[in-house]
Amino acid sequence: MNGVFQVDNLSKAFGGLTVSRDISITMKEGARLALIGPNGAGKTTFVNLVTGQLRPDSGTILLGGENVTRLGSVRRVRKGLVRTFQVTRLFSDMTPEEHVTLTVLQREGRASRILSRFFNDSAVAGEVESLLDALGLLEVARRKVGEIAYGQQRLLEIAIALALKPRVLLLDEPAAGVPQSETPRIEQALERLPPSLAVLMIEHDMDLVFRFARHVVVLAAGEIIFEGLPAEVAANSKVREAYLGSYANARQHA
Amino acid sequence: MQLVARTNPVKTLPATGGQVLRDVVGVVAIAALGVAGYFLFPDNLALLTRLIALALLALSLDLVVGYCGIATLGHAVLFGAGAYAAGIACVNGMTEPLTLIAIGAIAGAGAGLVMGTIMLRAHGLAQLVLSIAIVQLFHEAANKASAYTGGSDGLAGLSVGPLFGVFEFDLWGRTAYLLGLVLLVVVFIGLKFIVASPFGMLCRGIKEDPIRIRAMGAFVAPNLLKMFVISGFVAGIGGALAAISTQVVGLDSISFELSANALVMLVLGGIGTLYGAIVGTIIFMGFEHIVSAINPFHWMTMVGVLLIAVVIAAPQGVSGLFDRLWSPAGRGGRS
Repeated sequence: MNGVFQVDNLSKAFGGLTVSRDISITMKEGARLALIGPNGAGKTTFVNLVTGQLRPDSGTILLGGENVTRLGSVRRVRKGLVRTFQVTRLFSDMTPEEHVTLTVLQREGRASRILSRFFNDSAVAGEVESLLDALGLLEVARRKVGEIAYGQQRLLEIAIALALKPRVLLLDEPAAGVPQSETPRIEQALERLPPSLAVLMIEHDMDLVFRFARHVVVLAAGEIIFEGLPAEVAANSKVREAYLGSYANARQHA
Repeated sequence: MQLVARTNPVKTLPATGGQVLRDVVGVVAIAALGVAGYFLFPDNLALLTRLIALALLALSLDLVVGYCGIATLGHAVLFGAGAYAAGIACVNGMTEPLTLIAIGAIAGAGAGLVMGTIMLRAHGLAQLVLSIAIVQLFHEAANKASAYTGGSDGLAGLSVGPLFGVFEFDLWGRTAYLLGLVLLVVVFIGLKFIVASPFGMLCRGIKEDPIRIRAMGAFVAPNLLKMFVISGFVAGIGGALAAISTQVVGLDSISFELSANALVMLVLGGIGTLYGAIVGTIIFMGFEHIVSAINPFHWMTMVGVLLIAVVIAAPQGVSGLFDRLWSPAGRGGRS
């Protein structure tokens, strides 16, 4: 079986600066892939290329065997390529319940309806409830998002992504900005992701990467310099040079 | 046991239940206020009818500004389109008032489609400037096409037939006022349903963060355009009502000044609640009526002072102030 998600020779340059060079990645159903790399390695650019916020100069993106390189970001989401954001993007005046309800309605093509009520469908309500429950957000379901903890907001980002029933999920630093005390909850949520879902995670927290990923890709200066098992990453000399050195420095500063 | 404990808290929807009750109270209050106005100010019904027409414009503006986050200083285009369409139809022999209202609504919706299509090409400040340019263009077009619009003299000589073939549009403006009041209440209820629908929620989301909405797999521009058309429909009803009640359509109904006034009304009352649009219109018109009688030259100055006071003391508008007084526990007592 071919991968559910396949990126071939993706390249992008801003003027003379090449930010992505010949990146190729294949993910099967149920994949747990971590994309790591030092700051400025082009991880976020990669996410933006893959999700359609940026157009690649060359290369192709296949989703379930279908070429989506020319599609806009909204159409890619509808085909099952879903992302979360590094910095939480939520509506501070709405509740988690409203966020997930809106997402479920949108997935079913009912979010643009005028002649219908927002909270009147018990099937939708049930799905929303079980999603919020799965991520431990039931108790804050009716609070405004601006009033809940940042860790819970990160979990809500994941709940929204799951509500779209993705085939491929891109998690852009799911634990970024979350206090140490709350990271176990994020980890738990990641462990409970649907087993068949292909997940690509970008993350700085190496502990999280080693626990979550079954496969690691290291990006440096826009190029893939390593691809393999998590256990082999630290031993690789290229990676040590490009990544772990600067990572150790970054950690001292933080 | 655990399952029961887990499913219990969320199944019922107390929040929306409370909201529905509040809206019923709100609609009854608007209707009661309208009826009270009918009996308290029988000599000023023409003014009150104009207030209702402008309240429809402010409501229409709230849909775009308050629910979609699009800043516009050209919203009178939609109002004027409704007014001129109803006026021109009336002069050409279509005198049935409800038909004229419908014509105004459709013309307003059409203008909303055109204006939305153009304005949604731009964002932020450029969008605002575009809206001013559009209203100036329409204003000038209405001025030049004097064969149809009467130009700067205005389109006069509207003789509207009786409502339902029975109720004449009398000198006192009773019929026009009551027609306007019913229209306002019906439109208000309709809009409350629209903003509470999935579409209304989607627009609120777009207002806060269009990138998030796209990442949810929803298109932004088509939904905004849809709201623009609905907004035009409402403004068009207001324009047609103004045309029917005054039996004249002037260039001021498609002016930058009216657009700016509508925005001032909305900010005074509070954006994004629908109530604010009505409250703001009442304050603005009442203020204009009273202060301009005292000092006809400087009443706009007073409006400016009032606006500054409201923006500083109650940034959510006057209706936001009511909201806080209404539920003193609302801020701190949520949890």
